[in-house]
Parts: sequence; structure tokens; C-alpha cells
Amino acid sequence: MSNYALPLIWRKFPERYNLLGNKCTNCGRSYFPSRKICPNCRRKGHLIEEVMPKEGKIISFTKVFSAPEGFEEEVPYFLAIIELINGVRLLAQIVDNEDHKVLIGAKVKMVFRKISEKDEESPIAYGYKFKIVE
Amino acid sequence: MSLKAKVGIVGYGVYIPPYRIKIEDIAKAWGKDGNDISKSLNVYEKAVADFDEDACTIAVEAAKNAVNDFNIDAQKIGALYVGSESHPYAVKPTASIVGDAINAGPDLMCADLQFACKAGTAGMQICYGLVKADLIEYGMAIGADTAQSRPNDALEFTAASGGAAFIIGKNEEEVIAEILDTYSYTTDTPDFWRRPKADYPSHAGRFTGEPAYFKHVISAAKKIMEKNNLHSKDFDYVVFHQPNGKFPLRAADILDFEKKKVEPGLLTPFIGNTYSGASIVGLAAVLDISKPENMILLVSYGSGAGSDAFILKVTDNIKNRYSKNKVKDMINSKVYIDYINYIKHRKKIKG
Ligand SMILES: [Zn+2]
Repeated sequence: MSNYALPLIWRKFPERYNLLGNKCTNCGRSYFPSRKICPNCRRKGHLIEEVMPKEGKIISFTKVFSAPEGFEEEVPYFLAIIELINGVRLLAQIVDNEDHKVLIGAKVKMVFRKISEKDEESPIAYGYKFKIVE
Repeated sequence: MSLKAKVGIVGYGVYIPPYRIKIEDIAKAWGKDGNDISKSLNVYEKAVADFDEDACTIAVEAAKNAVNDFNIDAQKIGALYVGSESHPYAVKPTASIVGDAINAGPDLMCADLQFACKAGTAGMQICYGLVKADLIEYGMAIGADTAQSRPNDALEFTAASGGAAFIIGKNEEEVIAEILDTYSYTTDTPDFWRRPKADYPSHAGRFTGEPAYFKHVISAAKKIMEKNNLHSKDFDYVVFHQPNGKFPLRAADILDFEKKKVEPGLLTPFIGNTYSGASIVGLAAVLDISKPENMILLVSYGSGAGSDAFILKVTDNIKNRYSKNKVKDMINSKVYIDYINYIKHRKKIKG
């Protein structure tokens, strides 16, 4: 059985496994996910690959009770905007938490988890989620 | 590099998921006496993986701890083996996923191993050989499992999740425990198995004790000690495979090891049986508290059946090269769940 989404998922492995983004050597800003051009410097910008730091803090969060297709069985779960220690913000699921510990400002670190698995015959998508560190 | 170079453990990492269920709560769900069961198995609670964890994610977390805590350049890892009996794919290696997740590829020898609960130590032997032969600089061997059990089967009281990663190398400044020798004892003994399309393993009940676990563990331990002219009194610690909390204590007794030498590496009472992880998570717990010159005997066991034995000698390097993620802290950092949540955790995404 062929799976047409596969090449798309596969190309995202470095991003999903290691938070590989990029950085502009002209203005020093980091981007995740990678940008094609630096929105700050435009044509003057020069982007190089950069692995994001794996620690950060929660900027805001929400508890999801009604999930999009494929994630229905995971509810309720926490989705948070995380600011990494280099200032880059990203959206990720928060795992392993006791509810009362999920707070704005809580320190988090990246963990490697299963993101989705359509059915028993599909490939498993792995990638980043975050957990609270005390 | 000569073949005489000291080859040994240069780093290790462990991952134990934080969720725990008390054996008492599993027993209660099936109308059994939890106290009795806990006492007879010497197991009180077990570690439960979340629905989005599997042997692969556990292997990655353990591998990351090993690489980060011991400051190893992952690009210099030349071989990576993952031993498990719950590899997420039947065809498609776990090890290549781990390799990319810790950025060890693409110059990497890589394979998944299976030999029930001793696939992790089998990987250590392969890495030991490759490093000793000077074919690679570092080799990483991982044992990780999310053990599956049929609901209301005896295994449900012990089958747990967790894993450990060991990096084998020979840099004199990096080796924290030299591998003095390794030996395996193997026979065709069908005590525990799972056919390709079965969800859960089957076992031969009481047959898993004497002719299986004890025969192999005791034989491997005795033979490696004989071969090296060593005796139980020469060791500071002994770590056995630990399908429950009782078997290792009895094995220690038969081999004349004092209880205090086996207890530091006996974790099944607190986290359950982590299968491929069981003996090597125990070894990590012992390394966490080891001092230079300590002698450690490690004996794994895999159904089907075989035991891998290792004699390890801790070096001075352990004073400044140690794990920042102690096994004890991971055991103590826990969140209890009840039986209903336990079923949900394990079943939401089938591992
Ligand atoms: Zn720029």
C-alpha cells in the first residue's frame, strides 16, 4: 500500500525530531519552523540551519476537550505556546503533567513522542512535545 | 589502538515514565487480594507509559540522557542497537529512528535486536566487540520496552515500561566502568513467546522459573566467575534480570551474594519489570552510586532462552563523569493513576 503523505512527513523529520530551524546571520534572529527568507532583513538576510534549544517556558496554554480529526482519543490534553530560551515561540502539546502544574511561566523541556498514527497499517509519526520540569 | 585498550561504559542514560499504578489497584479491578500478590512477587507498583510513548520514544529519551549527561559527540557513535520485545514496527527498525533523533547518523551501523528481555545486553556485547576491534569509536546499546500483558493475566502485575542506553567506548579519560569480560549461556527453552500476529505474549507459567530463569542466570554467573577466577565476595554489586522482585533475591542467595549487594540494582519492586530495560536500568542505578574500583556482576536473562553476563570494574573517571538524571530520582518522581486510567493510557494508541 502506498502512502502519498510520506515524503512530506519524511522531509520534516529533522524539524520534528530535533527542532531544526534556521537563523539569519545578518540580524541574528532564529526561526522555527525554518523560513525561506528572513522577514526582518529580506534580501539582505542570510539564513543558515540552526538547532533550537530544547528548553523554554509556557507563554499561554489551553486545555483541549474537542480535538481535530486524528486526536479525538487523546482529549483532554494541553496545547501551549512555548517560548524557547532563544526567544523562538512554537505551539506544542504538554505531556506528563498534573493539571495544576500547567501554568504560564512554567519551565518546560522537549520530549520525543508519538504524534499520530492513523491506523495499524500506517507509519507512526514521531516528534516533539514538551513536559514541565520542576 | 591496541587490542589491550580498556573497553567499557563511557556513558549511560535511563528513562522511566512518571506514571505509576499500584499492584493493589490492578488486583482490586479483578477481585484479587493485592497485598498477597505484592508480597508474593515483591512488586508494589509499576511504571506505565503514556499513550504516546512506545519502545522507540523510551529509547530516544534514554539515549538523549546518555549523550547529554556524559558529553558524548553523537556523530562519533558508529553503531547503534535497540533491543526490545515491543518494537513499534514488525518491519522497519526502531534503531534508525533513534539514530536520527539523537543525530548519530548517517555514518552508522544499525539494527534492531530481539531476544526477549536480554536484547539490550546482547547489543552491549556487539558494541563491546566492535569497539574492541577498533571498528568504531563509540557504540550505543539500548534496551527499551513497553511491556504488553493480557488483562487479568499474571503478567499484568509486573509488565512495565522503561529503558536504558549504554555507550561503549575506549577513551581512557572517558571509560567509567571497564568491561573485564562477557559470557553468554544459551539453550532452546520455550518458556515465553509471542507469535507475529499476537497482541500479547504467552508463557509457560511455573515453567518460567527453574528450567528457564534460574538455570540460565545461575549458569552464566557461575561460569563467568569461574573463567575469571572470581567469587561472589570479590564483587560489590550484582544485578540480575528482574521479572519480579523475588527471583533476583533467590539467585543472589543461590550464588552466595549478600542481600545488600543485590538490592541497589533491584528496581522491580518500585517500577515493575521493564523487560529489555530491566537488568540494565538496574545496572544504571548501581553505577549512579558506584565508587572507583567497585566490581559489578551483571547477568541478564531473555526467555527462549539465554543469559548474558558481564564483569565490570568501575574506574576513577566516575568521580567526574556521572549521570545528571539519577535512576532514584526518576523512580521517586511519579504520578499515580488508577486502573481505568491505566487501561486508557495503554490503549488509546495501540503501542
Ligand atoms: Zn535577518
